[in-house]
Amino acid sequence: MNETRSYPVLVDGSRLIAEACVRAGADAYVGYPITPASLIFFYASRRFPIALPAPDEITALQWMAGLSAAGHLPVSATSFPGFALMVESVNMAYMMELPMLVILVQRLGPATGSATAGAQGDLFLLNGLMSGGYPLPVFCISDLEDCWLLPPVALQTAVDLRTPVVLLTSKEMVMTQESFDLARLAEIEPVHRTFYDGPGPYCTYDPGDGLVPPFLPVGNDQHQVRLNASTHDRCGIIQHTSDESMANTRRLPAKVESRTPVLYSLDEQEGAQTLVVTWDITSGAAREAVAALRAQGVPVSLLIPRTLLPLPAVYLETVDRYPRVVIAEENHQGQLAHLLFGRRIPPHVRLVTAIGRMIRPDEIAREVVR
Amino acid sequence: MSRFLIKPELPYCKGCGHHLIVRNTVKALEALGASPLDVVLVTDIGCHGIVDGNFATHTVHGLHGRSVALAAGIAMGLPPEKKVIVYIGDGGATIGLQHILEAARMNVDLTVVVHNNMLYGMTGGQPSGLTPTGFRTVLTPQGYPLPHHDLPRLVLDAGAPFAARVVGLGDFSDVLRQALEVEGFALVEVLEICVSYGVKMNPDLGLRPDAQTGLGGANPGPRLRELARETGYEPGVWTGPTRPAFRPARRETASLLDMPPVLPKHSSPLAGRMTLILAGSAGEGVQQAAELLAQAAIAAGLYATKKSMYPVTVGVGFSTAEIVLSRSPIFYHGVSEPDVMVVTSADGLENQRKRIDQMRGGILWLDASLPVPETGAEVRITDFRGRAGARNAALYALLTILRATGVVPPEAFLEAVAESPIGRHIDPSRW
Ligand code: SF4
Repeated sequence: MNETRSYPVLVDGSRLIAEACVRAGADAYVGYPITPASLIFFYASRRFPIALPAPDEITALQWMAGLSAAGHLPVSATSFPGFALMVESVNMAYMMELPMLVILVQRLGPATGSATAGAQGDLFLLNGLMSGGYPLPVFCISDLEDCWLLPPVALQTAVDLRTPVVLLTSKEMVMTQESFDLARLAEIEPVHRTFYDGPGPYCTYDPGDGLVPPFLPVGNDQHQVRLNASTHDRCGIIQHTSDESMANTRRLPAKVESRTPVLYSLDEQEGAQTLVVTWDITSGAAREAVAALRAQGVPVSLLIPRTLLPLPAVYLETVDRYPRVVIAEENHQGQLAHLLFGRRIPPHVRLVTAIGRMIRPDEIAREVVR
Repeated sequence: MSRFLIKPELPYCKGCGHHLIVRNTVKALEALGASPLDVVLVTDIGCHGIVDGNFATHTVHGLHGRSVALAAGIAMGLPPEKKVIVYIGDGGATIGLQHILEAARMNVDLTVVVHNNMLYGMTGGQPSGLTPTGFRTVLTPQGYPLPHHDLPRLVLDAGAPFAARVVGLGDFSDVLRQALEVEGFALVEVLEICVSYGVKMNPDLGLRPDAQTGLGGANPGPRLRELARETGYEPGVWTGPTRPAFRPARRETASLLDMPPVLPKHSSPLAGRMTLILAGSAGEGVQQAAELLAQAAIAAGLYATKKSMYPVTVGVGFSTAEIVLSRSPIFYHGVSEPDVMVVTSADGLENQRKRIDQMRGGILWLDASLPVPETGAEVRITDFRGRAGARNAALYALLTILRATGVVPPEAFLEAVAESPIGRHIDPSRW
């Protein structure tokens, strides 16, 4: 991309996501069509070095796990109905410690819901995805630039932490076409990845002094590799609840909690008494609301998380600094609000929610000045 | 001890047929001259699945029923000289039948060894899709009422080049060796009896200790052959047409961003923001017309967004596009009350009726064929469909609006049309 000359195009987020994944080094896409993720599948089928249409989403995740075990870096995109089928296999990949990226494009539920209506309704689902409540890294796209910046971060996290990672987005984010200056896109550094090259025996789940064991693909000619989705010891041998296997299981949340990059934007204004917190598609409305309020002389601050899970402590510290907090999200109950404040939302926290339509800037602004 | 095993004592009940499967697998691999690190053993859930600790090969222990799909991913990701073997039970083959059929259809380079002891052993002896009629299980003490799947026939039908069924007694390593030599999908179904549940529930199987297997414990011995015959489980080796194994090749691809820039060759008088909804019918070029307008707006130096809405049946019913044009960057691209509403068909009118009803200002451009709805908008009626035909009504409607308002120069729109794939077929400037 040329840094100085502008390169305006009409582009959708799906295209940027697929391109960013490949430039970051993802080499295999496994897809099953589902609205509103099919556009990513379409672009990925043109762009990925290996693109495989799977017969269903369980197969898709299993193929990805197999490809990942063999040393590839696979990606898929889906929406809730497909993601629901993937859940056991995502748990498997988490337990086996296989890097991969699943892009979850939210749409209106429950169940099949409205395939062509957007939503931000799957955060609760992701927060409890792992049996046992273990955290999974979840990043969330808030604008077209994030469609470019976050896939490489998500893929690097998958590799660094040896884990499946979810990149969360929603229908209007990946399907709306927008004028965009491609010259604004920075070069993408390919994911940095190394394989174990020490002496044998190699123990698949021996983290050494750290929290993440070095990776070695199955089928390599140097060392035996054992992968196991059942409770296992450091060498991948099935165990019931031995001390070693429990230590291994406890290591999984520890690595995710301590090593998931914390990405967010915090736009604080001097003298602001109210903090607006939002994520995903509602970020656009919040940006416009904040700009309009400031133009009217109302000071207001804006927090847009990009790392959603595990929920970074800095969000809690930030909301604690404000006498008023307005949380805007396109779901029924305020899912991020619940993650921040629990079921008992304090009176100084106001929710702006909607289902079946986007939240408007004026709804957020009204709640700020109330 | 074989170089494929690191522990000779297998983790199975005495007399369990799984012992023989492991021994025959090892013998077949030795006969092939394979080395342990050339082999990936993928095991399913079930008693057979805890054997990976015994193997010196790469081992992968996954979920119940999914091992064939997992192994397919591994096989697709490895070079052809690697052997990927799946151990799966009759229960796993039941829950994961589609994975087996898909791998066979695709001819993924796998050897699937089905441990068919005709029931779920690990969970207490429940019947599976491979339990034969009359076989007694803890849940069907009077005998299982349904017929069993015929796996070799199913995979051959799906396109597998090799399928076999053996009675799990003695030396069947040669069948496993043949399966391992196949370039592509091969399935070997091994019939056996779970000595813990199958024998207990079916005392008439005529169990006796069999010193020859050296396994100790109870062994169903020759009665297993009879049972196989009686229940229609005929042993055999079958081959289908050979074809290349499925291996996804890595390809070179072009950047998705190799798209022509929309250079600002025109200008627009728009100072603030304008929202427009274009509502028509599927198949009448609504989305394409809206996209071309967005491109024309960019060519006129504006920011633009375009959203599409249509029912799940993409080919019939309404097709609506929401367009935002703006002098300044657009962060929120929703449209609540549009400045301009363009309706080119009855489907579009029906879809937008509520919003039209709520419009307190703005302009409603309506096709002449449609009834005039209740609205606070100024209504302008034009014969879009009659003039340009149904297929081009949306395109013509937008051109009409640009000619009337100049918010984006009509030339910019005509250029966008001419440069698009439809530009070869139509020339809207003549309308
Ligand atoms: S329970 Fe049955 S299948 Fe399992 S090891 Fe024992 S005999 Fe074999």
